[in-house]
Parts: sequence; structure tokens; C-alpha cells
Amino acid sequence: MEILELDHLSRHFEIQPGFIDRVIRRHPMSYIKAVESLNVSIGNNEILGIAGESGCGKSTTCTMVSGLLEPTSGDIRYKGKSIIGLKGEELRQYRRSVQMIFQDPYESLNPRFRAADIVAEGPRALDLWDADEIDHRVIEILNAVGLPAHKYTERFPHELSGGERQRVGIASALVMEPEMIIADEPLSMLDVSIRAGILDLIKELQEERQFSSIYVSHDLSILGNVADRVLIMYLGQAMEIGPAKDVILNPRHPYTRALVGAVPIPDPRSRRAIPNIRGDISKPIDPPPGCRFAPRCPHADSSCQANFVELSTEDPNAHQAACHKLDIIADG
Amino acid sequence: MSANRLSRQLKNLRSGLAEHYRIITSNRLSAFGFWIIILFVVVAIFAPWIAPHEPWEMVYDRDGNFASLRPPSWQFPVGTTHLGYDLFSQLVLATRTTLLIGATSGLISIIIGANIGLVAGYYGGKIDEVLMRLTDILYGMPFLPFIIILISLFGRKLEFVILAIILIIWRTSARVIRAQTIAIKQRQFIAMAKARGCSDFRIIYRHILPNVLPLLLLYAAFNIAWSIITEASASFLGFGDGETISWGGMLYELWLSGKTRVAWWWFATPSICIVLLVTSLVFVSRAYEEVANPRLRKR
Repeated sequence: MEILELDHLSRHFEIQPGFIDRVIRRHPMSYIKAVESLNVSIGNNEILGIAGESGCGKSTTCTMVSGLLEPTSGDIRYKGKSIIGLKGEELRQYRRSVQMIFQDPYESLNPRFRAADIVAEGPRALDLWDADEIDHRVIEILNAVGLPAHKYTERFPHELSGGERQRVGIASALVMEPEMIIADEPLSMLDVSIRAGILDLIKELQEERQFSSIYVSHDLSILGNVADRVLIMYLGQAMEIGPAKDVILNPRHPYTRALVGAVPIPDPRSRRAIPNIRGDISKPIDPPPGCRFAPRCPHADSSCQANFVELSTEDPNAHQAACHKLDIIADG
Repeated sequence: MSANRLSRQLKNLRSGLAEHYRIITSNRLSAFGFWIIILFVVVAIFAPWIAPHEPWEMVYDRDGNFASLRPPSWQFPVGTTHLGYDLFSQLVLATRTTLLIGATSGLISIIIGANIGLVAGYYGGKIDEVLMRLTDILYGMPFLPFIIILISLFGRKLEFVILAIILIIWRTSARVIRAQTIAIKQRQFIAMAKARGCSDFRIIYRHILPNVLPLLLLYAAFNIAWSIITEASASFLGFGDGETISWGGMLYELWLSGKTRVAWWWFATPSICIVLLVTSLVFVSRAYEEVANPRLRKR
């Protein structure tokens, strides 16, 4: 059973041209197509990794799934029910079952709240349990994320280190007993030295508490470690999806190949082929209709510029690449 | 367990108060202002016991002579008026009126201003537009003509003076709080509160409000100071409540008596009180301004 399905999910942001451009020069409205026609599904207790460069639409996807941003078109279905336009009790239920871990632990904790209050805020807002039960669960979850409650409950965020803050953030998401966790680059703002600890914590909690998860990162080696499946995105489009090991060890899409080729190898003597791509990452403002990667792709031709391949969700475990030229690439 | 929580809340309250005390006394001027305000508050509370006479009671000196226009002396510490009223008693009793007007209109106006600013800033769009245009209209309204119309419609009553002051004064706090709310609303912890399921009401009052609190206290002090000044000016022009004595009203009576050049003690004392109280409030607000705007802090 698929717990979450994204069905042709798109989000465009309008860029208002300046007043003079709009009125006198009659420039049309521009759009940033942050996410375009994304089809993915996530199974029960599965961790889906999403990888891609900055600006590829990873975070936009996360905010849409967590209900903080309305999609421009397409649908998000949670347990078969669309979450677009949910209101009242249904929205509360959804908020409870889908929780988000934010990227920046320095910005995402209210500076005026103590750690225990940050963690207790969700259950209090949704009125999940009575006050004693909330206190009890807060202490339990703080202990579970490695912050001994007797030491940490009374602290303000500025009295915590980056890693401790992120643990508070994780605790505040997990205390709601969600069925799904959206982790938007939870490690990117942390020191390398404490990343492993947080990563192990997330994996451990996932095994223990059994929730599905979307895990966003631009670090393929982390995704190879935590994710069951990996989705590769580029400028708002899905490029490749498949079981994590498969995608990373045996990439099919030219972009994924370049991305995997860019992962550092900790051996100064090892040399490898320079990825066969050209140019810079282009802007997602008013992009042409075809594959976003076409301008940089060595194999692109007119069909790539005319339309792009959408992934299907029919077989969730299939390894698919959104490319017209797969047979040519496989040969070459 | 619930006793435990109560004690925690008490502890939070105590540490909060200690924090405010620390903010105020961190700076010599604001500490001075703080104690002056406390002094005025004490005088206002115990005014009827401190004042030796009624405000409009004719007084006589020890020899039994009618005490008219006496300069300060041991018997009349700040002198008397031409009708033989004891100015010290008037001053003490007026403190009560002034503080009452200042505190009520200052606090009510900050409550109105803060709510309008928070709601306008948080929701944005049409609501923001409507509320801010309303504020703009009030900005165009000059205070004195406004109060003259209000008083001539309803009569010289303390309530209407307070109402007029409130209606005019909330506008600045609304604008400033709105700007700050817009800035805070963009921060990620608000998105996190929303993702955790907090309602708009809860986000505004539990998540944004504590973060605009220093600014709010700054403007509360400002509003109180401005209310006191506007009340004094209105009373001085004869638009105060004739039944209750206030510092502005004392100056109005002096003006009516025509003894401005003779009785220096008569105009000096209420003026000094007004200036002292308003400056004290500004000094205290200054301490909060440093918290709200850390760049002002001394390096």
C-alpha cells in the first residue's frame, strides 16, 4: 500500500515584472517552475531519498507535502485521499501524521521557547493528550533523541549546540507519533563531525518507530546509506528514480551519471573521467518545454528539447530514467 | 505533577520579571526613570492620605490670614493659588488623574495597536490593506481639532478625554508592530509551528507576540508618555475634565487667573512633574529599545 502519492505535482512561482515593464513595455508575467509534473509514490515504512543541486525543487516538494504550500497543479494523495484544500479536523489529522524536520536548526526553533515547550508545542496545539501525558511524552522523546531530559528541558535554543538543536527539532516532530517524516536536509547546517550521530539517530528511530520518510539531501553517499529508493531531480523535473543502490552504482540518466561522478573519492591518486556535460546550471525562469537537462546534455537532440519523459508510479520499485536516449547512452 | 507545572510557571514568571528588572536597571538613566515612575505611582496610590487639603479648599496660614498667592514655605511646600488653594495638595491629587489617564489610554492604545499590527502583518493581503489604510486615515487626523469635536459632542468628561487619546495614539504602535510581525513571520520557526499544527491564533499570540515583546514594551512606554502629554495639553486648553484635577488643568487655572508672571511656583511645579514623568518613561523605553534594536547597544 502506498502511503503517499504525488501525482503530476507542479509548483510555479510568479515573478512580477517591475511596474514600468508591466504597464509600458507589457512584459508578460514570468514563472519560476520550481517543481514540474512530479510523479512519485512512497510506500509504508519506506525512506525515499531526494537528491539534486540547489534550486532543483527538493525543498519546494517538501513544503508542499507538509501542507505549508499549495501546489499550482497536480495532486498529493495521502492514503489515497487528496490533501489539497483540507480544512478543520482533517487538516489537523494530516498535520499530526505528517511531520517535518527542518533544514536549519538555528532558524527553526523559536528563540523564546524552552526545549521542552518546543517539543510540547505540537501536541498542545492539536490538543492530543492532557497536560500530564504531554509532559511525560516530552521527557520520553527527549531521552530517546539523546538529550537527557533532566539536563535539557529548561534550556533555550541559544543555550544548545547545533546538533542538540537538531535533536530538539527531531524530537518535536516525533513526539506527535507521525506516520511520515519529511526531513529537508537535516544535516546540511551541521558540522561534519556530528552528522553521523544525527544520521544514526534518524535511522535508529525509523526502525524503532516505523514511519515512512522523505529524506532530502544533496549528498548521495548519505542517501545511499539511509534511503531505500532515491529520486534524482534537476531544475524541478524528476530525472531518475529507483532503488538507492541501483541508482547510485548503476546510474542511467546522463545527469545522474554526472552527479554520481562528482562524488568525491577519498583517494588523492585516483583519477576518473571528467563527466561529459557542458555549461552551467540554467535558471528555472520560463524554461522551455523539454527536458531541463537538454542544454547541457551531450546526447540531446530536438526530441529532448520538445518534450520530457515523465516517470510512472505503476511499479514503485522499478528503476526508471526520464530520458529519450537511454538506448544510445547504454551503448556508448 | 500539576503542582510541579505550577511551580515551573511561577519560576518562568519570576525569571521573566527578573529579566525585565535587569533590562531596566542595566542602564543608569533607565534605572533613574524606573524609580521616578515608582515614586509617582506610590504618590498616586496614597494621594488622599498624602494631600493635607482638598484640591479646591481655601486655606489659611497659622495667623488665620487667607493664604492667597503664597510662595513656597514650610506650611505650603509649593505655595498657594490666588484663590488660596494649596498647590501641594493639588499636585499630589493630580498625580492620580494623570497616571490614571496615562496608564489606561497608554495600555489600551498599545493593546489595540499591537493587535491591529499583528493581524495586519500576519495575514497580509486585503486585511492588511484595510487596516493600514485605516491607520493612514488616523495619521491624517490632527489631535486638537479631533478632541475639540469629541468634547463638544459629549462634554468635558474624563472618559472622553481618554477615548480621544486612545483613538489617536494607537496608530504608530500598529505600524511598527506590523513591520516587525512581517519580519518575524518569514522566519522558519513560524513555518515549523504551522507544520506542527498550530492555528493562526496560536501562531500570532504564542509564537510571534513574545518575539515582538521588547518592541511592544518600548511602545507601551512611549504611548503612556504621549498620553500624559496630550492629556496635559488638552487640559491646558480647557478640554480636560473640570471635575478632576490634573497637572494640565492646574496650568489652565493659572492661565485663567492671569498670574503667570507673578506665581512662578504655580507653573513650575506641574511643569516639572510632567517633564519628569515623561522623561522617565522615555528613559525606561530607551532600555527596551536597546533590547529591540541591539545595534544601539554600547560596544
